[in-house]
Amino acid sequence: MRNRRALCGCVLLGLLLSLSIAGPLVSPWGWDDTDFTAFRQGPSARHWFGTTPSGRDVFALTLRGAQKSLLIGVSVAVVSTGLAALFGTVAGFVGGWTDRVLMWGVDLLLVLPSLLVLAVLSPRLGGHWLLLVPLLAAFLWMVTARAVRAMTLSVRERESVLAARFLGVGTPRLIARHIVPQLASLLVVDASVNVSVAVIAESALSFLGIGVRAPDVSLGTLIADGRGAATTYPWPFGCAAGLLVLIVLAVNLLGDGLRDVLDPLSPSRGGGR
Amino acid sequence: MNVLEVTDLRVGFAPDVQAVRGVGLSVGQGEVLGIVGESGSGKTALALAVMGLLPEGTRTSGSVRLRGEELLGRSDRELSRVRGKDLAMVFQDPLSALTPVYAVGDQIAETIRIHSGATRAAARARAVELLDLVGIPGAARRARAYPHEFSGGMRQRVMIAMAIANDPVAILADEPTTALDVTIQAQVLDVLRVAKEATGAAIVLITHDLAVVAGFADRVMVMYAGRAVESGPVDEIYRRPRMPYTIGLLQSLPRVDGPAGEGAARGRRAPIEGPPSGAAPPPARCPFLPRCPVADAACAAAEPEPILVGPGGHVAACVNTSATADPAAVFPVPDVAVPPPARRPRRERPIVLEVADLVRHHPVYRGALLRRRAGSVHAVDGVGFDVREGETLALVGESGCGKTTALMEILRLARPQRGRVAVLGEDTAALSPARRKALRRDVQVVFQDPFTSLDPRMRVADILAEPLTTHGLPIGRRVEELLDLVGLEPAHAGRYPHGLSGGQRQRVGIARALALEPRLLLLDEPVASLDVSVQAGVMDLLEELRARLGLAYLFVAHDLAVVRRIADRVAVMHLGRIVEIGSVDEVYGAPAHPYTRALLDAVPLPDPFLERRRRRVPLRGDPPDPTDPPPGCRFRSRCPRYTALDAVESRLCDEHDPRPRAVGHDADRSVACHHPLIAAKVEL
Repeated sequence: MRNRRALCGCVLLGLLLSLSIAGPLVSPWGWDDTDFTAFRQGPSARHWFGTTPSGRDVFALTLRGAQKSLLIGVSVAVVSTGLAALFGTVAGFVGGWTDRVLMWGVDLLLVLPSLLVLAVLSPRLGGHWLLLVPLLAAFLWMVTARAVRAMTLSVRERESVLAARFLGVGTPRLIARHIVPQLASLLVVDASVNVSVAVIAESALSFLGIGVRAPDVSLGTLIADGRGAATTYPWPFGCAAGLLVLIVLAVNLLGDGLRDVLDPLSPSRGGGR
Repeated sequence: MNVLEVTDLRVGFAPDVQAVRGVGLSVGQGEVLGIVGESGSGKTALALAVMGLLPEGTRTSGSVRLRGEELLGRSDRELSRVRGKDLAMVFQDPLSALTPVYAVGDQIAETIRIHSGATRAAARARAVELLDLVGIPGAARRARAYPHEFSGGMRQRVMIAMAIANDPVAILADEPTTALDVTIQAQVLDVLRVAKEATGAAIVLITHDLAVVAGFADRVMVMYAGRAVESGPVDEIYRRPRMPYTIGLLQSLPRVDGPAGEGAARGRRAPIEGPPSGAAPPPARCPFLPRCPVADAACAAAEPEPILVGPGGHVAACVNTSATADPAAVFPVPDVAVPPPARRPRRERPIVLEVADLVRHHPVYRGALLRRRAGSVHAVDGVGFDVREGETLALVGESGCGKTTALMEILRLARPQRGRVAVLGEDTAALSPARRKALRRDVQVVFQDPFTSLDPRMRVADILAEPLTTHGLPIGRRVEELLDLVGLEPAHAGRYPHGLSGGQRQRVGIARALALEPRLLLLDEPVASLDVSVQAGVMDLLEELRARLGLAYLFVAHDLAVVRRIADRVAVMHLGRIVEIGSVDEVYGAPAHPYTRALLDAVPLPDPFLERRRRRVPLRGDPPDPTDPPPGCRFRSRCPRYTALDAVESRLCDEHDPRPRAVGHDADRSVACHHPLIAAKVEL
């Protein structure tokens, strides 16, 4: 890992992840505990980041929110990139009517106003946060799928793929063993970019009240709750917003770095083949 | 007086790769120096160093003098006054060397105006003159055309016109004909000759092809591992080579006038096998030592200095030149040549592949908003042949003649657009999917480029195991067997393709194709991207395998010398049709179709004496547009025979498309020409 940006992003993301997992174990307060002796207080030895107006510990809450946001973000990225890889390679490799029907589906999903559809669907499907993952992923995979399809079209004509095809290797195996590995760099970069997109989308939905529901928290709900008093009492708002910025920054650094490392044409790789 | 003098030139790339290690050369006015070397020998780095075009961070030392003035160490700005004026360059790829957004006439005029300050109109007029000089028909009109409107050969002519625009004193041509077909290569070499006459410039011609240099150069320099290992007058080098490397190169070169097929197997010499040593060999020994048959202790002691070995300044960097006085004895003839295959007569052998009237048209679409079909490329347009057990049929032709498309159509094992393909007697149009998969075991393919045909993410063992697992066969010790079959070590199984040399990779490609024990192997230019010395080894292997395993080959190639060496029968393709088919000896010995004749004439011979005495009828122009083949005979626009016909005879060519018909004594020979060069067989 010679790329400094990728390294920075990786270290930062690692820190944030371990913090959001290990933090609640270290903190004396649980995220749903209420301290009736301390309402709306600043940071102290008892409450490291202060407390909310209802007496909940901001440190524990923020970490719980970050945990949820990261969990949703990573799962959405994995699912949507997986969808993109599946549909993109199948459309590109099989071609013909399969290709046309799949690309119509992609176009259709691209023109739907995703936020509106989510706002309508999300309350009807019950409030469990896990439902957010397929819903968000369903609206994130289309652009990547098109890129994957385009790359598949060129990869499929490579002699190594042709050779395997003429050996009699079946289509599913050809896609899994010969096409997808050659697209790996695109998929890895895309997945990392999707993490930050998903984290932001989840926060936005939760902020609007159609994502993660009370009593559970995510960074979005924390920001929404804290924004009223953001100027007079910045702790809940500031911590959540700051953590969100850090997560997105880390993921973007990692994505940019990975793209440079994996793209043979990027100058930072030293040029040449 | 020497125009261009290079002494002790060294080029190093970061961190410690020495591409050129102390090369000296000198070229006089009107003299042609050929620099020959295989990939990685440092010849292109040498050219770029002379031009001052090496990337920044390259270490260059030594001296490059043009008419006595030192060029090395000058700033880019100073060099720009020399480049394009006194020192011109012709690159390998004329498409990327021309700017796509300007008309070619303007590009030539620009070089003139920059260096001479001529007026726009004068420069334009001169550009047209130059285009006319290099043989571009309708020069005044074509000067306004853009690079993409020219064919590859025409673009290379434009590049030459640009190179001679300012009467240079020296022209560097780096592989100027490598990307071109043989007929076009012959034309471009003629143009270079004209350019030399017109300007009196010294020419340095860099190439990997010993045959290209033979008829054109006055002196030849052979490079190996960044050093000039042998140089001297062209006749000396080809007649009495003294450096073992040069000897090996010359002997491993396939020749269009050489013995054919099995004859080649009997008379062949051991090729100089083994990978070319990398860019940084151990300094204190001869870099050719690992591949040298006459090496002794002195070779390991120090890197040999060039010593005088013949007249005309013939020098060779070899300590053991006494052993190379008789070049024929340097490489031992193998005791056991491939046993000549005991084959039944052709008629009694079963047909492995039968193709009849095969057609493949690619649709062409026009229009951005409303895409509509504007016609079709007649890539393969009615091709028929058969391949019998134990024989090699070669499909040859220029690029775009449809030979690879025909191969791919056969490989699909599906119903063709028109016509019939039958493999082992089974019509591919009537195959069930399960039967098709089973039939794939009998038909395998080897591709041209061993760098792209192997998946870089798979180990050799996995690559070779894939065909077996696909067809549910046990792997067992099969991978080792296959490696042994193609002359690789069991240790190679654990490597990735990038850890192998080009020749080794192609062997892995062949091993993969053999894994399922096929009966028919389709070979798409299997040696075209390999160096000459490696080529010979791979061709030997293919011949040996065919004899041992009783395979049949369909061999697609553009190189007629390679075909002569390996094939039994040859089918010459032109614009999607087979114009002539027959046994290699007969077709090469007495071509019946004017196109076959022209192709054979265009192939240069690696022999300066014969090459200078050859009379050839050059083929004019480029192949016609495959989307709109002309009515009547498709070859008549380029046909040398057509121009010599009287009105009655030529009407036949204008109006009727010639059908294949039998000629000569061989029942399996046919030609599609109204006026073949040898008498047509009387139909009984």
